[in-house]
Amino acid sequence: MPRQRAVRPTKEQLAESKETMKRLFAYIFKNFGLQFMVVFVCIIVSVLANVQGTLFMQTLIDDYISPMLVTGSTDFSPLLAAVLRVASFYLVGIAATLTYNLIMVYVSQGLQRKLRCELFEHMETLPIKYFDTHAHGDIMSFYTNDIDTLRQMVSQSIPQGVNSLFTIVSVTISMLILSVPLTLLTFAMVGVMLVVTTRLAGLSARYFTAQQKDIGIVNGNIQEIMNGQKVVKVFCHEDEVIEEFDRLNEQLFDSAYNANQFANILMPANAQLGNVSYVLIAVVGGALAITGATGLTLGRLASFLTFNKSFNMPISQVSQQLNFIVMAMAGAGRIFALMDEKPEVDEGYVTLVNAREVGSDGAEETLAGDEFAGQTADTAVAGGASAENAVLPGVDGQAAGARQEGVAGTASANLVECEERTGTWAWKHYHKLNDSTTYTKLAGDVVFDDVDFGYNEEKVVLHNITLHALPGQKIAFVGATGAGKTTITNLINRFYDIADGKIRYDGININKIKKADLRRSLGIVLQDTHLFTGTVADNIRYGKLEATDEEVIAAAKLANADGFIRRLPEGYNTMLSGDGGSLSTGQRQLLAIARAAIADPPVLILDEATSSIDTRTERIVQDGMDRLMHGRTTFVIAHRLSTIRNSDMICVLDSGRIIERGNHDELLEKKGKYYQLYTGKVVNA
Amino acid sequence: MLRRLLQEVKEYTVDSIMTPLYMLLEVAMEMLIPLLMARIIDDGVESGRLDVILSVGLAMLVAAGVGLFAGIMGGRYGARASAGFAKNLRKAMFRNIQTFSFSNIDKFSSASLITRLTTDVTNIQNSYQMVLRIGARAPASLIVAMTMSFYISPELARIYLEAAVILAATISCIVNVTRKIFDVVFKKYDALNASVEENVSGIRVVKAYVREAFETTKFHKAANDLYGMFIKAERLLVGMMPIMMGMVYACILLISWKGAHLIVGGSLTTGELVSLLAYCMNILMSLMMLSMIFVMLTMSAASAERISEVLQEVPTITNPENPVMEVPDGSVDFMHVDFAYDERSVEYSMTDVTLHIDPGETIGIIGGTGSSKTTLVNLISRLYDVKNGLVQVGGIDVRKYDIETLRSEVSVVLQNNVLFSGSILDNLRWGDPEASDEECIKACKQACADEFIERLPDGYDTYIEQGGTNVSGGQRQRLCIARALLKKPKVLILDDSTSAVDTATDAKIRKAFREEIPGTTKIIIAQRISSVQDADRIVVLEDGQIDGIGTHEELLATNEIYRDVYESQTGGGTADFDEGKEPEASTAPDAALQRGGVRYA
Repeated sequence: MPRQRAVRPTKEQLAESKETMKRLFAYIFKNFGLQFMVVFVCIIVSVLANVQGTLFMQTLIDDYISPMLVTGSTDFSPLLAAVLRVASFYLVGIAATLTYNLIMVYVSQGLQRKLRCELFEHMETLPIKYFDTHAHGDIMSFYTNDIDTLRQMVSQSIPQGVNSLFTIVSVTISMLILSVPLTLLTFAMVGVMLVVTTRLAGLSARYFTAQQKDIGIVNGNIQEIMNGQKVVKVFCHEDEVIEEFDRLNEQLFDSAYNANQFANILMPANAQLGNVSYVLIAVVGGALAITGATGLTLGRLASFLTFNKSFNMPISQVSQQLNFIVMAMAGAGRIFALMDEKPEVDEGYVTLVNAREVGSDGAEETLAGDEFAGQTADTAVAGGASAENAVLPGVDGQAAGARQEGVAGTASANLVECEERTGTWAWKHYHKLNDSTTYTKLAGDVVFDDVDFGYNEEKVVLHNITLHALPGQKIAFVGATGAGKTTITNLINRFYDIADGKIRYDGININKIKKADLRRSLGIVLQDTHLFTGTVADNIRYGKLEATDEEVIAAAKLANADGFIRRLPEGYNTMLSGDGGSLSTGQRQLLAIARAAIADPPVLILDEATSSIDTRTERIVQDGMDRLMHGRTTFVIAHRLSTIRNSDMICVLDSGRIIERGNHDELLEKKGKYYQLYTGKVVNA
Repeated sequence: MLRRLLQEVKEYTVDSIMTPLYMLLEVAMEMLIPLLMARIIDDGVESGRLDVILSVGLAMLVAAGVGLFAGIMGGRYGARASAGFAKNLRKAMFRNIQTFSFSNIDKFSSASLITRLTTDVTNIQNSYQMVLRIGARAPASLIVAMTMSFYISPELARIYLEAAVILAATISCIVNVTRKIFDVVFKKYDALNASVEENVSGIRVVKAYVREAFETTKFHKAANDLYGMFIKAERLLVGMMPIMMGMVYACILLISWKGAHLIVGGSLTTGELVSLLAYCMNILMSLMMLSMIFVMLTMSAASAERISEVLQEVPTITNPENPVMEVPDGSVDFMHVDFAYDERSVEYSMTDVTLHIDPGETIGIIGGTGSSKTTLVNLISRLYDVKNGLVQVGGIDVRKYDIETLRSEVSVVLQNNVLFSGSILDNLRWGDPEASDEECIKACKQACADEFIERLPDGYDTYIEQGGTNVSGGQRQRLCIARALLKKPKVLILDDSTSAVDTATDAKIRKAFREEIPGTTKIIIAQRISSVQDADRIVVLEDGQIDGIGTHEELLATNEIYRDVYESQTGGGTADFDEGKEPEASTAPDAALQRGGVRYA
């Protein structure tokens, strides 16, 4: 939904608001129904008390002062009784007001907390795609602007709306009792006020939209120039930049001036129209009182004039609140839209469990080694998964060959599920077909079988990707930006779901594996390191929440981060905030590597994990990385040769296709794209 | 501080003065109306004179009309004054920032300059308008209402005075207390939002480690904390309400009671009583307004402070008097140069650097992160000033040149490459506004940018998005080189500017430099040995000092660091593969470890 600042509601906005409003009120009443009932009652009480007070004006003059003037009596005791009676009304009114305001504090804050938490909880379940397609700033503004506006609306507009409504109703009744013709006159004036208000609000809205646009333009310009300020200096471009800025700034001034001008006029216009209404009533009422035609007394006229004033106030308040409500509803609409987003689909049922190996037959040996054994699980379900067993195209002979080695029916025989952590993991695979459960040892065998993928329907970014990573192998991807390297790794952990083809993990189609379990078995270090607010140790522990301090330090040492961490002011307890802003990019990458190391996963994905570490330091880290990668299936994306040279297989990607593959020496011999990239020489074919 | 800000009101001074004046007029009319009302009742209705009712009613209408006019004018002037003030503040800040030197910019950081130019200015604009309009109105309304009350009946008016004093004291007390609580609350609130931000931008990490539940629990806890604190603060504010209402009601009742006595005693009329009660609301509303202004001003004080910091910042580098307007040749000299980024710092980040570069020479610079490579070249175009020693270009101290002259002759391609929104040609012409299309294309050929530009749908007219996000890192670097070439400088400096360009293209660019601009002095900072090994001389920097100078062969034979870097990169080849992210920052590992580092076999 495009973000729009509704100042003057259009018809669609109003219709949309109505829908959202319904839903919002249903939500509020579901959670805070009782509180709202009490608030409702209290508002009525306080309005009534207030009206009582206003009516007292009439009694004061007509029933007490005027008779006393006439009779010349000096007995004030009846008046005292009346004053005390009104005082008690007032007290009740104050108590009611205090009560509903207090309740509203709890309701509005509670609503805010609840919405925020639900929003966050739901957000965490959304697929990566959602975050790709929505600007982070927009998502943030759900939590800040939208929830805030909503809270203000609930805490102010709703009580004020109810209050105004009751005031209008009760004042109307009182006015009707006092004088019907004067009431009609008041209504006529309210009509005029409404017309003027809408006109002004419309004008103001037009300029507010313009102002919003100009603010966007000026802020964009400021952002661009400030970020490139050093370039401006180097090119002595100051004058040109100033000229452009002045132009935009002037434009903003125009729209800001106009928008504010009309908004400023709204209030005095309403107030003065209210005064005109007052004068009219006074003149007409005065004439009526003198002729005595409608039985209007002086005291009644005085009361009526007060009512006239307290009638105009809620009307102009409601008309001012209207814009605010529409704005809040637009926000609520956006919040609900996020809540309606479909969470990541997870139909996986294969789970990861702790397992113990028991020697039952000879197959144990096969499993103990790093050999490919996963295929067994699927072949065990003879019919059900036959489609998955299609032999791979022969591009990767090695892979196809390995797949054939799967020995049917041996895998589950020697693995037993257990509660405690054994260091051995197994995929627990329940087969509906014959109501049996098989266990497959977690080994880290990954197969891509003719995978196509596109982020949207029209644009396919990966074509016919077929490859096989044996447990413990290191597979590298090289290629230009946009060739699809990162996309491939994002498919393994199912950040995105593939359109066509199959990906198998230990022989199991990854779509059958529960996402959480799949991801737990994969360690990933991303190009853009993200750290969280907390201590350095907390950040490393993110990979394994129950890790001991010793484990944390060991992981840091493995990643070669221990040295710099110890030099931080408080070592491992140093607080990091703002995405680890106080650390250099290289240091943050080292922490990210430590975080992956502590998780101890059988499969590692390193996406430019060392890109920001200079070459000399990288050699030191490399040592740790090699230790980390030892015995694990590793997918590496890098543009540094040193990182990828010792890979078992290097895939050269170009526009979403694997155009060359093989190890370093093989690829050099081919004298193809890899050779060209590597030597900087163009081969003349 | 405030005075510096107010200087920027400038041409909107008249508007700023007219606003409160019109607001005063509006207040006067508002005060007049209750008086007229009293006359309608007393002289008109009571004595049954319709003509009086009509004439006074007419006067009231006129008053309302004048009030409306004053309100409209006040609104207009107020809007103009505040929008104009904001405009001038932005303008003044922007202008001053353009005079900043690199060290001034470093001091503030781009992000903070952006906030100061946007959010802070908006805060000030709102407060200014509020002060101009309500700031005049509320006290005036208070004073007039009070005076009128005293004029009608000093005895009854005293009640208002007492009530006003008590109220003012309570309001300011409560506002003060809650403001302190809110300060803390808002910090917590920011922290909560920061954690949302972290989750949004780091969602891949959260999902990769299956930490959704963990993050949710953490968030719930923070949200609960915030809830508790908000409740505490708002409860206090709500407590203010009964006090205010109680005061209003007490006043009404007291006035009615005493008023009745006075009327019966003959010293007050009923009309006057009605007027008095009307003033009651005026007085209390004004008090509320004043307390609001007070809160708003304290809140925007921080913004005012931040803005005036920018306005009062003095650029550390300015043009000399009688500047030299021509650079004779492309020779560069460093003579015992010391440099520190921080004025006060005792430790130099560069010490005693002496170096002579001939016109037309190609110099390579190699060194680890933090070895001051960038610092060295930034001194040449006087982006920073030396602490001790001397930097000369063409045999003249750089501080003697007109800055613009110097910087057009010494062209730097910064490490942090920035393109601006606009077409490719627009961007290229930053180097030379008068450059013809042919010249632009020629520069792009030299920088090896022509091939990819020609493949773009709109060629040289392709629109570059803000920040240059629609071209890849390597493409951006090549465009920046072309832009610098268009200056036709005597000295060309590339600060790690081909890191995202593949090895083959990198070589082609250097070949073009050699053949097409032989007379230009070229200084190339690089991470890759292959980028500098064919330079005339290579400078090895380490910890802000020159560790060795010589040709590739000489350094291989004599310089340990150079050999070490070379071997780390040429264990098998010299290439890097794609246009990945350029290495920008890194760890600062201790030197011993580096030197004895594991050699990659």
